[in-house]
Order: sequence, then C-alpha cells, then structure tokens
Amino acid sequence: MSHHEEYVEAPGKLITRTTVTLALIVCAAFAVIAYRYIFGIGPISNLSDGYPWGVWLAYDVSLGTAFACGGYALAFLCYIFNGWKYHPMIRSAVVASMFGYALAGFSVLVDIGRYWNAYGFFVPSRWQPNSVMFEVALCVMAYTVILIIEFAPSLLEKIATFKSPLLSGIAEFILPKLDKAMIFIIALGMTLPTMHQSSLGSLLYITGHKLHPLWQTGALPLLFVTNAMLLGFSIVVFESSLSALGFKRPYEYEALEIARFIPIVAIFWLAVRFIDLIIRGQVVAMFTSGFHSVFFWAEIILIVTATVRFLRKPGPKAAFYTALMMCFGGGFYRMSVYLIGFNPGDEWNVYFPSIPEAMITYGLIALEILGYILLARLLKQLPKPHAKGAH
Amino acid sequence: MKSTRRTFIKAAAVGAGAAALTPVLAHAADHAPSFNPDEVGMLYDSTLCVGCKACVYSCRKANFERDENARRKKDMFSPLRNSEADFVLTAEDALETRWVDVYDLDYRTKNIIKMYNDPDTGEFAFVKRQCMHCNAPGCVSACPVKAMTKDHVTGVVEYDRGKCIGCRYCQLACPFNIPAYEWHKPLARIIKCELCRKSYYDDQKSYFEKYEQPACCDACPAKAVIYGKRADLLEEAKRRIAENPGRYVDKVYGEFDYGGTNVLYISKVDFNKLGMPDLPNYSYATKSEKLQHTIYTTIAHVPVAPVVLYATLATIAVTHRAKRNKNDKGGRS
Repeated sequence: MSHHEEYVEAPGKLITRTTVTLALIVCAAFAVIAYRYIFGIGPISNLSDGYPWGVWLAYDVSLGTAFACGGYALAFLCYIFNGWKYHPMIRSAVVASMFGYALAGFSVLVDIGRYWNAYGFFVPSRWQPNSVMFEVALCVMAYTVILIIEFAPSLLEKIATFKSPLLSGIAEFILPKLDKAMIFIIALGMTLPTMHQSSLGSLLYITGHKLHPLWQTGALPLLFVTNAMLLGFSIVVFESSLSALGFKRPYEYEALEIARFIPIVAIFWLAVRFIDLIIRGQVVAMFTSGFHSVFFWAEIILIVTATVRFLRKPGPKAAFYTALMMCFGGGFYRMSVYLIGFNPGDEWNVYFPSIPEAMITYGLIALEILGYILLARLLKQLPKPHAKGAH
Repeated sequence: MKSTRRTFIKAAAVGAGAAALTPVLAHAADHAPSFNPDEVGMLYDSTLCVGCKACVYSCRKANFERDENARRKKDMFSPLRNSEADFVLTAEDALETRWVDVYDLDYRTKNIIKMYNDPDTGEFAFVKRQCMHCNAPGCVSACPVKAMTKDHVTGVVEYDRGKCIGCRYCQLACPFNIPAYEWHKPLARIIKCELCRKSYYDDQKSYFEKYEQPACCDACPAKAVIYGKRADLLEEAKRRIAENPGRYVDKVYGEFDYGGTNVLYISKVDFNKLGMPDLPNYSYATKSEKLQHTIYTTIAHVPVAPVVLYATLATIAVTHRAKRNKNDKGGRS
C-alpha cells in the first residue's frame, strides 16, 4: 500500500545553468514554430513533394516514440515477466515516455499542414481503417492519455501533501481508487504501443519501390515493434546512468539487471532482419548498394557490437556506453526506413533537414530533457537509493 | 464414418489455414484488375503529342483562374469568402498569369508535358504527366480521414480539402509522386488532377460541370489525349497498336500496371525512358491493406489481436499483483 516509499525526489535546484540553457533552446525552437505557422512549412524546411516527410516525422515521431518506449519495455518486464521486481524504476521511465509521446504528438501538429482539420480523427464518418496512419494516430493519442494517467499518482501524492484540505482531500480520495484500477490501465499501456509501434513500420510499406529493398519488407511491423522494445530497454539503462550522474545519486544497479534482457531482444531482432533479407533474396544487396550499404552495416554493426558487449555483463560505465551504442544502432534502422532508404526518384534533391527544421527538433528534445529534470526535482519519480545494509 | 469425419476436419483445417495465409502470400496480380464499366479515364498517345503544352495552359486556366464574372472585389474584402484562397495569393496568382514556367508537377499545375530526348539515337518523345486515377490508389488507402476518395461510378480520385489534415501521407504513398503540396502557404492544400471535377474556388463551377470533359482533353489540338470510358479507351489503344505495327511499344501502360489505372498511355519509346515507373501488376496499397487487415483481423468489427493481447496481459498482470500483495502483507506483518 505504501508504494510511494519506493520513490524519492531528485536533489538539486530548479534553476541551474543546464535548465536555463535548455529553456533558451526551447524558446528558439518556438520562435521557428511561430514562423512556420505564419509563413508555411516550405520557407523553413527542405521538404518537397518527393520528400514530404522529413526529420520531424523521422526523428520526433518514429525515433522519439521508440526512445520513449522505456515505459513500455519496463512495464513488460515488471508486470508480465518478473512480478514487480523492477517496480522502483518504472516512474522515471513513465515520465520520460510521457514527454516523448507528448512531444511526438506536438511535432505532428507542427508538421501537418491542415491542423485545423485534425478533429477529423474523432469523427467516425471520416475514419479510414485501411490507413495505417489512422491506426497510428488513434493509438498514439490514446497511449499519451494512458501515460498521463500512469504518471498521475506521483502528482497526486504531491497534491496530497498540500495544506489546502480540499486539494489534499481530493488527491487522497482519488489515489487508492486509481491504484486499484491502475493495473488495467497498465495492461492497456502495453497493448497500445505494441499496436502503434508495429504500425509505425507498416506506414512505409505502402511506399513500395520508393523505399530501398534493404528496408522494404512485409516484416516492417515486426521489426519495428521489436526495435521499439530494444530501444526502450536501452534508454532505461542509459537514462538511469545519466540521472545518477546528473542528479549526483548512487547508481541504480537494477539497470544492470535490466541490461541483461537487451541481448535477447537484439538477437531476435537480428534474426528476423537477416532471415527476412535472405527470404527476399537481398543478400547481395547488403554489399552492393553503396551509400545504403554503409547505413545498413552501420546499423547492423552497432547493434551486434552492443549485443556482444551486453552479453559480457558490463559494469555501470560500460553499460552506459553500450546502451548508447544500441540507441544509435536501433536509431539508424528507424532513420533509414524513414529517410535514408527513401528515394522517390532522381528528379528531387536528396532531402537533408534545413537549419530551422533541425532547430525545431532540437528544441523539442531540449523540452523533453528540461521537463524530465524539472519533474524529477519536483515530484517523487526516481527509485529510492538503497540504504546501506538494507539488502 | 469416423475416418471420413477426421479427413473432413483435416481438410477444413488445412483450408482454413490456407485461407488465412492467402492474403499475405498471394499476389494481387493473380486477379485481373476489375473496373466498373462506367469508369472514365484518359488515353494519352505519346506518338501524337506535339508538345505544344496547350493542355498545361488550359489546365491552369480551368483549375486555378478566377472566373471572369466572379465577384472578385467582394471576395477580397470579405473575411469569410475565400479567405483561404485570397490570403495566400502567390506572385503568379496575384498577376493572374495563365502561364507558369514549371519544370515538373507542383502546386501550380495539375498536368505537365515533359520531353524525353536521347542525343545519341535522336530518339525523342513527349510525355504528359498527371494523376493516373489508379484502380487501387495509394493515396486513398493512405489517407487517414477520407480526404482522398475514389468515386465508385466514375473512378475519379477526388480530394476534399475540408477533410484533409495535411499529413502528406498521400504524397508518400503515391508511386507516381503526383500529389503536390502548397509548401509556401501557411494554409496549404494538396493539389492533384481530379479530371477537372473540382474548382480551386468554392463558389466557382468546375470545368467538367461546364464542358463535360477535362480541360486538357478539350484543348489538345492533336487529340493526343482523349477522354472517355476506360473500357472504350483501352479498346482504342489496342486497336491503334494492332493497326500500326512498329509504331508503338506493344503495351498499354496502365492496363495492368499498379493494378490498373484509369489513365492509359501508349508510346513508341519505352515507358521507363518517359519517366513512368516500372511497377508490378498489383497496387502497393492492396498489399499494405492486406498486411494491416491480417494483423488487425476483425470479428464483428472487433479487432481480435489487440483484444486478445490486452486480455492476456491484464490477466497476467493482475495475477502478479495479487501474488505481490499477498507477499507484501506476509512480509510486513
């Protein structure tokens, strides 16, 4: 009943050099966003009719939500496979996931040209179940709501300590009820990412020959959902090292145990990747595709190396770098499917994000980190450090 | 008796398994594209085209120009009427130019003539590019909000900007790269050929409503592009190929390509050289929809896989929680 004893606030002040720098980057990005709404997408981006999807979708949505899969991967581990063992880690993962998804949603609003029509997703007569985008949009919106509900307890706990008897009374009234219902919400929080993370892969299936054969496959949904799981675990390991360092807390040794699950997922992913390439007869293409081969091997080598290093049970520092390596490898895969492997034809200039376009992406990343830091310092998010002799 | 029943069950099981796998494994190419007899389209004969670009001019005039008798002044000053169109007047629009010099399809034109020229062989040909009005269009399949629709009677792929959210998935999904986006406008829309069925302006009649055929077909002096029912056009294309041996490549582009398109092409020069993509005899959209509907098979409108997944996860999680609460109590008291 006293779950919140598992968690503590992060030490430190709210206004530091880091948070101020991050806030400045966010402000710059919002200035660019304002410009985009006044003058259109064309003037600030390198997008074209051939390359209609750029870094906002490739990074912020496709990769951003995968990096935000920490909550998803950890939920599987915690509630399905080993009965609550890593429960103390889950709150910080959920906060990171919440920010990742909310900002992915926000960047979609920046990206879509006719945002005032977006209410169409809630008009049943406009639903188009053949569209992969439709499924992705509904699932991502639903999951963002789920993440906010999963995050709510830590906020309510804070409110419960308020002096106002009304506010604390309400919080204390909701908390136990939410606690009971939470497990069903968590189950939904595992189902929805499975659905939309796989569909993020299916999205590109319709492009046919425009996506390079090294990446174009009917196995895209399976590869994407596994990749999301892989990145989810890696980001948990990465974030716990980073928050130990940034918040000057003792290292969370659970992260090293979680790291043991990464190779299992990675080997499965690699197996699917290669079996699919062999079945589709693309073995030669792995070596003969020039520029694309380079990115293909970058992705494979990073993931394989990280897998081998994780199998050797690395210490805290090595685990941090290996997780980072895995994030890059898995990230390369997603970026390749959305951008690098995508070629609409020779008549378009190859897309590379413009500075203002990248600025928006940097701003959203900064906002994510800033939000994480502020919430970790304000609310009880991080696992309680193990007292000496307690275990 | 028993054995026959078992055989039957076995056969049924194999049959069901095969039926379940068919959508994934079978190529849509196995089925000839089915077109409604009333579906319309265009036939473009590259050998007849003289490259005068009358179609490009008339297309721009028909689709983007304000009507002579439209109450322009009133429109300009009313914030409600056509505010979207007027607010974003581009340089070309403001000058009312009927001619724009564009190199490829973009937001300024729904139709363009390009030239293929090989200096070594002296071989050259023109090609007209616009929406192909596919049988199973990628854009229609991709659109999440039914802004792109294929008319069941005419087969015309139409765009409804009142529904469009501007996600540009249609551009990504089109194998011909046809839909164009008004990149320079804050209130942008998708521009693509709708066989002149819709005007850019709400209060203006479309060219088709006035003249009952697309502007390009109306304008072509060489009759290189003609409008009609797809079945008739296909017959005409085949007749031309049969009657003029050596004049054409023995193929009607669009008969089977990408699952069939309502716009058909015949040419002397190889279609690849004209920039027409080499496409399979099925639509990517069909494959994508099969993949999606195999994952999300529905029984009575309920997607099975997510529901089963949710039920399983919830059951396991609840069981674990019960165990944990028991241990907690045991441990603490």
